Amino acid sequence: MEEQTPQPEPSLFERMRKRLTPEGVPADDRGRMRMVMESLILHIHPAKVETTSMKWTYTWGLGGLSALLMTILGGTGIILINNYTPVAPQAYLDILEINSNVWFGELIRNLHHWSANLLIVVTVLHLIRVFVTGTYRPPRELNWLIGVAMLLLVLGANFTGYLLPWDQLAYWAITVGTSIISYVPLIGQWLTQLVLGGPEVGANTLLNFYSMHISFIPLAIFGLMSYHFWRVRKDGGLTIPKSSKQTEDPKPERVTTIPNLTNREMIFALSWTAALLLFSMLVPAPLEGIANPALSPNPAKAPWYFMGLQELLLHFHPLVGAIIIPSLAIAGIFLLPFFDLNLKSVGVYFRSQRGRALTVLAVGIALIATPIWVLLDEYLLNWTLWLPTWDTLISNGLIPLAVIALPLILLDDRIHKIFQADTEERVLFIATFLFTAFIVLTLIGIYFRGPGMNLYLPWNMPVVVH
Amino acid sequence: MTETSPSPLSRRDFLKIAWAFFGGVVALETAGVFLAYLQPRLAEGEFGSIITAGLVDDFPANSVTHIPNGRFYIVRIGDGGFLAVYHRCTHLGCTVPWDASAQKFVCPCHNSQFDQQGTVENPPAPRPLDLFALTIENGEVKVDTGNIIQRQTYDIAQVVYP
Repeated sequence: MEEQTPQPEPSLFERMRKRLTPEGVPADDRGRMRMVMESLILHIHPAKVETTSMKWTYTWGLGGLSALLMTILGGTGIILINNYTPVAPQAYLDILEINSNVWFGELIRNLHHWSANLLIVVTVLHLIRVFVTGTYRPPRELNWLIGVAMLLLVLGANFTGYLLPWDQLAYWAITVGTSIISYVPLIGQWLTQLVLGGPEVGANTLLNFYSMHISFIPLAIFGLMSYHFWRVRKDGGLTIPKSSKQTEDPKPERVTTIPNLTNREMIFALSWTAALLLFSMLVPAPLEGIANPALSPNPAKAPWYFMGLQELLLHFHPLVGAIIIPSLAIAGIFLLPFFDLNLKSVGVYFRSQRGRALTVLAVGIALIATPIWVLLDEYLLNWTLWLPTWDTLISNGLIPLAVIALPLILLDDRIHKIFQADTEERVLFIATFLFTAFIVLTLIGIYFRGPGMNLYLPWNMPVVVH
Repeated sequence: MTETSPSPLSRRDFLKIAWAFFGGVVALETAGVFLAYLQPRLAEGEFGSIITAGLVDDFPANSVTHIPNGRFYIVRIGDGGFLAVYHRCTHLGCTVPWDASAQKFVCPCHNSQFDQQGTVENPPAPRPLDLFALTIENGEVKVDTGNIIQRQTYDIAQVVYP
């Protein structure tokens, strides 16, 4: 009988480590694939991915970046709660305290502020990317709807967060923003009172917004985000891009998720985190004087992402500018995948060569026509003066709406006839046109509107001292 | 065992409808409870209650006086009548200052303009400035800030005389 050398008992630490990562990262493909399949966190990925769907220039990593920003916002938000009281005027004093006396307070607030603002840009870009590559088509329509719902929630999160510093900027942006609700037909007044918790922005509004900001909205986003990821896998993963020149399906080359995809994600997430940290160290989040309900600043602007909407309000009766047009736009975005069905061009940027030309054309026309229309409406068109006996809903609402809708219908008809554009290309053209126009309106609102909401060139903007 | 008369509704269908009906009732009740719970409450003595603006003689004829804690202006028009005008712009809710030199209310946010009685002189405001119910008791001007009165035009019937 041979004596066996006794194996040393693995230490407690060793045993715990083995439970968490049994073999470290395996050296062979099979082991790595198995690791993806068996890990809860990695299992949002498939075991293997197509190299073509990993190209930076295909997705730009926008969905992943949104998820990263959500994570940063969750982390910074949770600790900001500990130094904040949602009671006026203490809320404002708390922000001053965070900025000056709390260790890393200003950095964390800046990081939260800039991540939130970037999140709007990134989610909108993500929506554009999915739209121009047509990847919301069957079977992915449901995930598009979830995505749009999350975009609305992100706007809600930003808007409710905007009030929390309780400074002049916050107070008046929320006053102007929530007044839009009062134009909802029939229940407007009641709904505004419910949202504000009273007749105007006050202590109850701050508490309402705070509770929405830290409980309902993040919870809803988290739930939808999980479902969104799961659906990506369920719908067959990312679409495989094809260049618009070669339409036949190339045989996709597939590689293991570890390390090919996970390394890219790690580099991407770390680079963005570093960039955001650096930016937050250098650029402070805005903070003005404490909210003063008796003194409206001139001009009083909504948060920047609603400036396109506020610009519409300058040109239309509020019912048209604030309710009808935005509702139609949101309904249109929701319904896009049900108009645009051609599966052949899924994954092709701008559908086709003709689609590319039409996109450039739509952007070009919108860039020129929108400022011209704003100038005309500002200085020449005055329907309320010309039709003084008409209801302003018609003279300042439906007539201007018809004035912009008619040329658009004619334009669509021309595009159809001249370019022989099919339905998907016409959808692309109209959506691109309207979206570009909205961006132009937003920029005009942010940079060209000054005191009294009059038009100024940005370099001639008068400085108003409050 | 007695034969029951054949019913047009099967037991299964009846239960389905009953479940859907009572489920709907419970959903509506829950929604109602939530909405009722979230209704705004007004504290006494603050904005929303009856505020004494001052004595009748404090306000000369043809004058506009801001009462900031009540959110209103006491407008005494040329013939001595009173109006309590809510200082909130009917367009998007900005606080409208009185421009004494131009003799009108000019909103800083979107340049809506209103005359002394609150009538729109320049859009985008869709209707005149709102009023509060004003009463004069024992020479004191009292304004019920819980009672916002929307109006489409200025009417002499809105003016309260001492």
